[in-house]
Amino acid sequence: MGQSIQRRWTFVLPVVVVALLVGIFAKRLADVESGIDPALLPTVLLDTPVPDIDLPPLPGRGDSEDDGLATPDLKQEVSLVNVWGSWCVACMAEHPLLMDLAAMDMVPIHGIAWRDDPRASLQWLARNGDPYARIGQDPVSEAAIAFGVTGAPETFVVDGNGVIRYKHIGPITIDEWTDRIAPLIAQLRQ
Amino acid sequence: MIARVLSFLIAISLCATAALAVEPSEMLEDPALEARARVISQDLRCVVCQNENIDDSNATLAQDMRRLVRERVKAGDSNEEVISYMVDRYGDFVLLRPRLTPTTVLLWFGPAMLFLFGAVAVYRQVKQVKATEPSSLSDHDVQQADALLSDKGDTE
Repeated sequence: MGQSIQRRWTFVLPVVVVALLVGIFAKRLADVESGIDPALLPTVLLDTPVPDIDLPPLPGRGDSEDDGLATPDLKQEVSLVNVWGSWCVACMAEHPLLMDLAAMDMVPIHGIAWRDDPRASLQWLARNGDPYARIGQDPVSEAAIAFGVTGAPETFVVDGNGVIRYKHIGPITIDEWTDRIAPLIAQLRQ
Repeated sequence: MIARVLSFLIAISLCATAALAVEPSEMLEDPALEARARVISQDLRCVVCQNENIDDSNATLAQDMRRLVRERVKAGDSNEEVISYMVDRYGDFVLLRPRLTPTTVLLWFGPAMLFLFGAVAVYRQVKQVKATEPSSLSDHDVQQADALLSDKGDTE
């Protein structure tokens, strides 16, 4: 009697383990299918104040008001912080959307010109348009590491008190904007 | 022969250390601090190329992270302080050797638990086989076998 129970057990256990694994793999596959990237890094900086940065401006970028990007600049109102570079192909993909947002005056967009030659940055902006309110140069990833950036483009939503509320990795799409970022900004402004 | 193969392997592994990602210009002048920076770097994950540490990686971000590690070591931070500076920004993910937290308990002790489970299963199996073995032939069986064997001897 006891032996038959044990035998049934040794039969059931592997089946249960396999079923469990199949379940886990299926869920992961479904996640990838629905756009949740398994290689995505978790964001630890959510709901924490923006790091201390003080980045120099791009020399010769229009108005004299622009004196780079520093932490106090991010504590005035709800804003976006966009990490980009002229070397970054994906940044090109999201650029038209940033231009539209700037043209419609939706929210101030601040740029961090990451690991880029300032001349190349300026040239890129001259060619593709400049949607940024302020831009700070980050030649040695000082700000990028402080913000926990892993690749460009990355965009942060910062509230009026300078607290990071959202982080988007990769180019912002129009869906991302209408579904997530725009509602969040509206909510933060209340 | 074996000694030759071994010395060849050792020679190769010595060559491998020459292919470092750390550029001479990045290194700190103080060898003690540089050694510490190397130790710290080997435990930090390159977040661009995810399965390399920043000491080995040629990614530009890894290079900048190495520079930052050296800056902080030079500024007098302890190894733990430098590492938690990175963890504060990139999360536990940046550690190649995961910390022991409630979410990583399974990771740390899972294999040992599986091993124990297997060992217990094998032990019980063996014990059961041993327990059943001696009683495989009953007295009656032995008598029958003896009878058959002696029968055979007679006819020959």
